[in-house]
Amino acid sequence: MTCVHLLLTLVFAVSLGTPVEIQRPRGVPLTKKQFYVENKPFTCLDGSRAIPFDRVNDDYCDCKDGSDEPGTAACPNGSFHCTNAGYRPMFIPSSRINDGICDCCDTTDEYNSGAKCENTCKELGRKEREVLQKMAEITKEGFLLKQHLIEEAKKGQQEKKSKVTDMQGNKKQLDEKVEVLRTVKETAEQPEKEAKERHLKAWEEQKAAIRLEKDKAKMAEAFLFLTDDEDGLLSLCISVSVSELQSHAELDADADGTLTETEAQGLMGGAEQVDTSTFESVWPNIKDKYHSESQPEEPAPVETPPDEVKEPVVVNDSEPYPEDDISEEEDEDDEDEDDYHEDDDKAPPTIKAPEKSHEDEEAMPPYDADTQALIDAAQKARDDFEEAEKALREMDDQIRNIEKELSFDFGPDAEFTYLYSQCYELTTSEYIYRLCPFNRISQKPKYGGSETNLGTWGSWSGPENNKYLLMKYEHGTGCWQGPNRSTTVKLTCGKETVVTSTSEPSRCEYLMEFTTPAVCQEPANTDLSPHDHEEL
Amino acid sequence: MAASRGRWVLLIVLLCVSARAVDRSNFKTCEQSAFCKRQKELKPGQSPYRALLDTLELSDSRITLQLINDNNKVRLLLELYRLQGNMTRVKINELKPLKPRYEVPDVLISDPFTETLSVVSQDENSLVLSLGGKDQRLIVSAQPFRLDIVEGPQVLVSLNSRGLLAFEHLRARKDTISHKISSTVGSMWDSLKSIFSSKSELEQVTEQENVEQRTDEDGQIKEEEDKPGMWEETFKSHTDSKPNGPSSISLDFSLPGVEHVYGIPEHADTLKLKNTDGSDPYRLYNLDVFQYELHNPMALYGAVPVLISHSTDRTMGIFWLNAAETWVDISSNTAGKMMFGKILDFVQVSSEAPQTDVRWISESGIIDVFIMLGPKPADVFTQYASLTGTQSFPPLTALAYHQCRWNYNDQEDVKSVDQGFDEHDIPYDFIWLDIEHADGKRYFTWDPSKFPQPKEMLQGLMDKRRKLVAIVDPHIRVDSGYKIHNEILSKNFYVKNKDGGDYEGWCWPGNSGYPDFTNPEMRAWWASKFAYEQYEGSMENQYVWNDMNEPSVFNGPEVTMHKDALHGGWEHRDVHNLYGLYVQKATADGLVERSGGVERPFVLTRAFFAGSQRYGAVWTGDNAAEWGHLKISIPMCLSLGLAGISFCGADVGGFFKHPSAELLVRWYQAGAYQPFFRAHAHIDTPRREPWLFGPENTALIREAIRQRYALLPYWYQLFYNAHRTGYPVMRPLWVEYPDDVATFSIEDEYLIGKDLLVHPVTDEGATAVTAYLPGKGEVWYDVHTFQKHDGEQSLYIPVTMSSIPVFQRGGSIICRKDRVRRSSSCMENDPYTLYAALNSQGSAEGELYIDDFHTFNFEKAKQFVHRHLSFSANTLSSRNLAPDSQFSTASWIEKIVIIGGSQPSSATLKNADGTESALEFEFDSTLAVLTLRKPGVNAAADWTVILR
Repeated sequence: MTCVHLLLTLVFAVSLGTPVEIQRPRGVPLTKKQFYVENKPFTCLDGSRAIPFDRVNDDYCDCKDGSDEPGTAACPNGSFHCTNAGYRPMFIPSSRINDGICDCCDTTDEYNSGAKCENTCKELGRKEREVLQKMAEITKEGFLLKQHLIEEAKKGQQEKKSKVTDMQGNKKQLDEKVEVLRTVKETAEQPEKEAKERHLKAWEEQKAAIRLEKDKAKMAEAFLFLTDDEDGLLSLCISVSVSELQSHAELDADADGTLTETEAQGLMGGAEQVDTSTFESVWPNIKDKYHSESQPEEPAPVETPPDEVKEPVVVNDSEPYPEDDISEEEDEDDEDEDDYHEDDDKAPPTIKAPEKSHEDEEAMPPYDADTQALIDAAQKARDDFEEAEKALREMDDQIRNIEKELSFDFGPDAEFTYLYSQCYELTTSEYIYRLCPFNRISQKPKYGGSETNLGTWGSWSGPENNKYLLMKYEHGTGCWQGPNRSTTVKLTCGKETVVTSTSEPSRCEYLMEFTTPAVCQEPANTDLSPHDHEEL
Repeated sequence: MAASRGRWVLLIVLLCVSARAVDRSNFKTCEQSAFCKRQKELKPGQSPYRALLDTLELSDSRITLQLINDNNKVRLLLELYRLQGNMTRVKINELKPLKPRYEVPDVLISDPFTETLSVVSQDENSLVLSLGGKDQRLIVSAQPFRLDIVEGPQVLVSLNSRGLLAFEHLRARKDTISHKISSTVGSMWDSLKSIFSSKSELEQVTEQENVEQRTDEDGQIKEEEDKPGMWEETFKSHTDSKPNGPSSISLDFSLPGVEHVYGIPEHADTLKLKNTDGSDPYRLYNLDVFQYELHNPMALYGAVPVLISHSTDRTMGIFWLNAAETWVDISSNTAGKMMFGKILDFVQVSSEAPQTDVRWISESGIIDVFIMLGPKPADVFTQYASLTGTQSFPPLTALAYHQCRWNYNDQEDVKSVDQGFDEHDIPYDFIWLDIEHADGKRYFTWDPSKFPQPKEMLQGLMDKRRKLVAIVDPHIRVDSGYKIHNEILSKNFYVKNKDGGDYEGWCWPGNSGYPDFTNPEMRAWWASKFAYEQYEGSMENQYVWNDMNEPSVFNGPEVTMHKDALHGGWEHRDVHNLYGLYVQKATADGLVERSGGVERPFVLTRAFFAGSQRYGAVWTGDNAAEWGHLKISIPMCLSLGLAGISFCGADVGGFFKHPSAELLVRWYQAGAYQPFFRAHAHIDTPRREPWLFGPENTALIREAIRQRYALLPYWYQLFYNAHRTGYPVMRPLWVEYPDDVATFSIEDEYLIGKDLLVHPVTDEGATAVTAYLPGKGEVWYDVHTFQKHDGEQSLYIPVTMSSIPVFQRGGSIICRKDRVRRSSSCMENDPYTLYAALNSQGSAEGELYIDDFHTFNFEKAKQFVHRHLSFSANTLSSRNLAPDSQFSTASWIEKIVIIGGSQPSSATLKNADGTESALEFEFDSTLAVLTLRKPGVNAAADWTVILR
């Protein structure tokens, strides 16, 4: 290997049909040819030193910047230039010279390795031109489509904006209407209320007389019941003690579930014990709530709202709700972490339909005609009011939706608007992927199973010069022992709007490729011939 | 994809609740391992064993003696051998065991050569044998029985001096025998006959003698009481049926004058073994430990029962050849406490001297121990290598950089990672495929959708002169549609469960069978499966990785196989630690065979045993992206090297968790200077190819890998020497500086060979390291700056993120290939640069080894170049170390750098043919570095450079 490696290359390049012959040391680009002058000392390009010209490409690194060995692998930081006539010229690290691997399509990097390289530049050039041609066509058509998209989007936006304006005007009217109807309703409800109260009062009085008789009988029974326990001294000491009352939690005043001693004492007028005579004064305190133990549990009163039913006043061994309810709620809380329980049967909370109260055995008599008329009038006013209010709510929703849509960044020319509220699917061997731009991405097993959220719309996240080339969807379903799933959508110019591929390059970080005309750039020029000229 | 994988992992977790969680309680302590507990109950004291000197039999190669346990009258047979190369072998077995006890096969490379053991003197209580030169004697004391090896007045090692020899003889099960038979010998024998009626006549005779033996002397059978766990043992939900009952063995060794012991890998612990008083003993039991902890004596994936002792006086080794579960207790003591009897005639007792006591306990098998008497570290390496063989000589490419991940998803992924390396101009040789590459974890197959064209992929790599490793684990999916399973089934090659059916356990593919690798026919069949026509889609640039070969059984006791599973006639209990070695051996054999015996194999294994060095590389298993794990990789690999396994590395970056960029860079810098250099990552971690951490870190990683590639000639030469001699490649400092006590516990730096000292940065945010440069009168040169430092000092070295503190020893010549290319194969014919670092006498020497880098021709056809390079008296010359070898290389000498010399007035190159030429040179006077320009001589030639 002591032989001198100063091999000069003869390059035949074609430009404007005229063959030109150029001589320069191996691996030197034309732009630097002037620094390598035969038989003159060579100065390292960093100016660090000068060496005799026969040490250029002599397979020993003399220059720190590697510039004396453009055509050998001697310098660790050198680079080799291949002309690649017919294709594009390029630089390769000089460590790839004669390493047995064909890097330059013109084979010039493997001049002494025994590697059998074929000149593939023409073929590559042809293919590249084809690709560029195709790309250009796509870009061109895509760009046209994009113009339409922009127009439509602008039109749409305009429409929506004016619609919002219109709606806001209408809304004002509606607002007023609601206020008017509210007044009408309230006006109608006042006489209704008074008439109803009158009716009720009359009936109450009638009922009171009957009840008084019944009550007396019941008090006697209750007193006996409350005193018949523990001591067996029924006949000797007919009295009710605080502790005995405490066993009746239904008498609990503050509804905390227990009847405290103080509360019980309160019911008994502060006395520790009462006898038959004093029980008469206690009885009114407890009779409304007192449940006879000999009777089955009274159902909750009709007017109790369902929420309160969950906190039964009566401490009872039999849980009124199945355990499922509680776990069901928990499931919903951590649904994000666990997508395998979707199939769990969602047993609806079994709220007992309240039965008709026994108390109402004597039904209230029907309203008289006048009262009924007032009620009907009020009802109509109520209905009218509610209808108007509902219309107002709906209009609010519509306005909000349109405003939300208008607030999205649909690109500099709103060219991405058309993707809004659309979804695009890609089916692979295992999964169906679904991209709903500006909304979410999901993955669903092809052969059954629950859907996995691969991320909801986050932001545009392309490079600074064009952030609209990448979309980021974040905070998808969590991974086992891993992060929440997220997806990057890479947008490329295409005539069609299609998801072309998906992959998971890193655990739970997905990559989706998506073509759309919306990213097609205006074709720069029509000259498709590649960089033949660069060289000369 | 992720969803299904998540679900699947969940499934595994549910199926093996105990198996895959970070939990110490999944693994036994000594207290929970019945035999260890029983053995530990025996405290040091007077041994019940007595040597029956009148049973002495002496032959040329060995002496035998019977030992009797005076408590139970069971007799043992002691065999003593003097082995060539200054070793003593001590074997103890039952004289007449109820059935044969397991003796470990296939670990020793041959029957060790013996030397004559002659009786020097004998009296009624002792026997003195000569071990040859230097007054070495082996003293057998009869009552209590003990062995002492002495040299002149020094006791080197004593056996059973603490009376911990314990041999649980095989016995008949009481619940099946003692309740049924009378206490008279006659009727007992009748009963025994009926129980063993299926056995051959010969065995019956043996058994008869056996019974007689136990009843002679004072005519009484000393029945020992059953202790818990002798006949059945339950750990967590697993029951070990123990049909053979108790069978454990134990023996103690005392090492007077010794304070430092090393070895017995694999443990995530310090290089210097710790005193285990008050803690569990070190455990040797190959286990798949999920997310292992640092600094404790728990068992890990591999086991090499070799302990090295070192003091300024002597280096010795104890090789305990037993493949069953083993515990090693280490305690400090003071010498002289246990001296009495005959040996007092020989030795001077100093009760002040330190002493280390070591006790080995194994669950079954026999006592077969090799005492390697040194005296120098190199002697111990030679001795151990003569028993179990040396490091296999890997193809050069295996020493380069490996890029691994669980998993590279598909062919496209492989291609883009491959391109990524080229785009970022980072060299690499191997890309690795983990379990997901196979079709449903059916090894030897490819996932049809992810890797539809494996040959196309392999060809693509081959075009870049790169390689691939695909994993092949030993658990085989039980699946009637899987050819490999069907063949194993039809050949009856699976390990059996205690009831004789095929053993099945859970592993990656789900329900799996485990081929019986202890069966040589099975191994031959396995090897044949690597033939190109058998392993579809494989090519010659595809190599293999054996993982999970402890074996790992997710739903087994301690995540491994049941001890009562059967390998032919032997229990898994007997062979456990050997299983992984056999897997790697069979695989390596397969790779050799597929090339017609031409190509050197490369197989990575996780489980290993003594002798595994012969079959390839080992890594330290599933570590984590933590600074502590980076640090521990050094002592872990040093310990393996001391035990013969040089080709060791840790997952660069850490397997579990996500490393910071700083940790990753530091790990690359450390890994570049460890023998096996592979980055690996768990499937749940974010991607971490070298270019994903920003351009600065990419550049740092690139530089670390390039340093590795430039040094490949040195690594290759060291592996060649390791292959020839058994010397470790990566060495603790004390190996080369055995008299310097300051080096004995150092584990944050080490030597590569003897000429490079490496102190990697292993602390987060480090701004400096303090490296100890050993050797009085030695000089060390920073390999990056050529700065000179004196030896025997602690050197404070400021560091930046680009620093990898490495020093070249003055007195050495190291050959590098400074033209780093994209793979090591591409550098095959590149020229060498010689770095001669002069010592204080102005001289240096080194070696250069070259061959074809991948075949066995270096061995079979002596096709290699081995040169000795020396510089002294201003003359540098290259001399042939192997005149009978032949190899021609295209490589030449492009540059010679002489560090620490003076400026000459001329430099002349003299060729072998006598021609002379002047060499141009440059001299840097501030650093005293002389660079000779382009000698241009062929690397295989004789030549001399004279400086004037």
